[in-house]
Amino acid sequence: MIARLLAGAALAALTIGVLSTGPAAAQQGKLSGDMVKIGVLNDRSGLYADLGGEGSVIAARMAAEEFGNKILGKPIEIISADHQNKPDIGANLARQWIDQDGVDVIVDVPNSGVALAVQEVTKEKKKIFLMEGPATSRLTGDACSPTGFHWPYDTHALAVGTGQAMVKEGGDSWFFITADYAFGHQLEADTSVEVKKAGGKVVGSVKAPLNTADFSSFLLQAQASGAKIVGLANAGGDTITSIKQASEFGLTQSGQQKLAGLLIFLSDVHALGLQVAQDLVLTTGFYWDRDDESRAWSKKFFDRYGKMPTMVQAGSYSAVRHYLKAIEAAGTDDGPTVAAKMKEMPVNDMFAKNGTILPNGRMVHDMYLARVKKPSESKGAWDYYQILRTIPGKEAFASFEESGCKLPK
Amino acid sequence: MMGTIFGIPPQALFGQLLLGLINGSFYALLSLGLAVIFGMLNVINFAHGALYMMGAFVAWLMLTQLGIGYWWALLLSPLIVGLFGVVLEKTLLSRLYKLDHLYGLLLTFGLALIVEGAFRHQYGVSGQPYPIPDALKGGQNLGFMFLPNYRGWVVVASLVVCISTWIAIEKTKLGAYLRAATENPVLVQAFGINVPRMITLTYAFGVALAGLAGVLAAPIYQVSPLMGSNLIIVVFAVVVIGGMGSILGAVLTGYGLGLLEGLTKVFYPEASNIVVFVIMVVVLMIKPAGLFGRER
Repeated sequence: MIARLLAGAALAALTIGVLSTGPAAAQQGKLSGDMVKIGVLNDRSGLYADLGGEGSVIAARMAAEEFGNKILGKPIEIISADHQNKPDIGANLARQWIDQDGVDVIVDVPNSGVALAVQEVTKEKKKIFLMEGPATSRLTGDACSPTGFHWPYDTHALAVGTGQAMVKEGGDSWFFITADYAFGHQLEADTSVEVKKAGGKVVGSVKAPLNTADFSSFLLQAQASGAKIVGLANAGGDTITSIKQASEFGLTQSGQQKLAGLLIFLSDVHALGLQVAQDLVLTTGFYWDRDDESRAWSKKFFDRYGKMPTMVQAGSYSAVRHYLKAIEAAGTDDGPTVAAKMKEMPVNDMFAKNGTILPNGRMVHDMYLARVKKPSESKGAWDYYQILRTIPGKEAFASFEESGCKLPK
Repeated sequence: MMGTIFGIPPQALFGQLLLGLINGSFYALLSLGLAVIFGMLNVINFAHGALYMMGAFVAWLMLTQLGIGYWWALLLSPLIVGLFGVVLEKTLLSRLYKLDHLYGLLLTFGLALIVEGAFRHQYGVSGQPYPIPDALKGGQNLGFMFLPNYRGWVVVASLVVCISTWIAIEKTKLGAYLRAATENPVLVQAFGINVPRMITLTYAFGVALAGLAGVLAAPIYQVSPLMGSNLIIVVFAVVVIGGMGSILGAVLTGYGLGLLEGLTKVFYPEASNIVVFVIMVVVLMIKPAGLFGRER
């Protein structure tokens, strides 16, 4: 701990030094450091490692390969690091990458707490930040940045998708089990708004610490609340544990209560198995088995990673590809210039059709309401979702005016 | 309506206490193994969490690769983990007994990182599902809560193992040899007892307990490479509070802290993962040797 603090202090001192003497921002028509350096920063060893992790690095690499690993005649390099879900480590790594290692863009960064910290750094340094992992809608709201881009989903879209759908089916009273940090709080808040808008009510909530091993106590409180819907405002390993234990404690078998997994990744369903996960309703920004194009790309991804892509991994590909196209069009890797270009161009790839980017960096694209298949309906591994509804992008995401972002339009 | 206790309906309180007892069962089993190892070998076994995880993984591998079910795994998995313990003790740990505790701690900590890293590399972090055995599926409606049969079984199994271990060490002849060997190994060896072998078997027994806890945990949690490191820090706090090396202390503190954690989850859930450490700090200030420990 002390060593880390010292390292942090040393790094901070170094940063100040670099700032005062460092070179000016890249000039037009040139690439800083004669290359584009992409830094994928995510959880590579903890509870979020399977939804992003090395898979996001591979996805970014696949995007670079489409350009022949070269842009404007100069090489594209991809590096990665583990932020261990700690905002201080994440922010320090981002600073070091930008100040010392010449990194031009930071990719992924799951865990909203870490993403909020990194957004501060990239905003100050005027570098592009492509967010696929984090969920909180604050990243394009009060904490927005002119060079920050939020890609596959956010808490607002999840709330609209799953929240409204459950209320429409009669689930009009809610109890939340919430991950006790930035992301969980925001997801609970956003979902509560949608539930109330649709005519439902929230009867209570409990904040569970991140990485809880035993949710039975919280599940019992949810059971006692009598709410029709138990909303899981958590992610990754926490979601897996809570769903598994909810089934163990007979929460859903009684037929009186239903689980709403507000953020469920394909990797979670894979880990739970269909027997436990069946019939969960969820909202996702991507499903590999959607059309020919997504299937073809996902197959290539599978051949390299051994797993089908989550929306975070597919989104990393899409965002990096769009970023590289914008550099090509702008003829520079200067942050604000590329950001402006990215916002001008529509996003068209296997991930999104006619995606548009709002001034706050929100990439607006269609979302999907899905149901997890029963074991009898599934044709085998990775055949997990039935798409119930396509949620148009404009409905899923908050408009720029609603977002609370204070950037000029 | 019976009214409330501190604003909480009594039904909810009973439910939470019972859940605390279930979690306490795991704390007790794991801290028991740690206490046995520390008591006899003077080694702070940081690899305990990794071996607990290994126990769960061995059970999962037996089920998915060989079709061996839960009940056999309950027997075989601790044996396999115990054998792994024998190898560790013979090849690595036995070289460190003459040195300070710190070396044993560092060695086992390193081993834990290696074992966990290897499993993480192979299986990812989301974990593998392990089904509840058919005989223990379903649950009982106790009026104040729904108790899954499997959780009830965990409490019973853990109580039986903890009590028999305590009896074996405190009340039998073998236990007397063990305790004597800790006090004065040279003298005990002079009586013709093979002390090094006894130490090896003690370590194997301690880690087999961790393996057993792993198998018991498999159907409740995901079988995940991280499951040990999530738990082990709390278990160390339990051992410190109970008093290093005190077997009874480890067991009682394990159950007690499980209950206390359960209560915290009702009254102030945000603090539920630090309450154990707050107590550890308080105990260390008032009674540095732990609640049941002796000053050495």
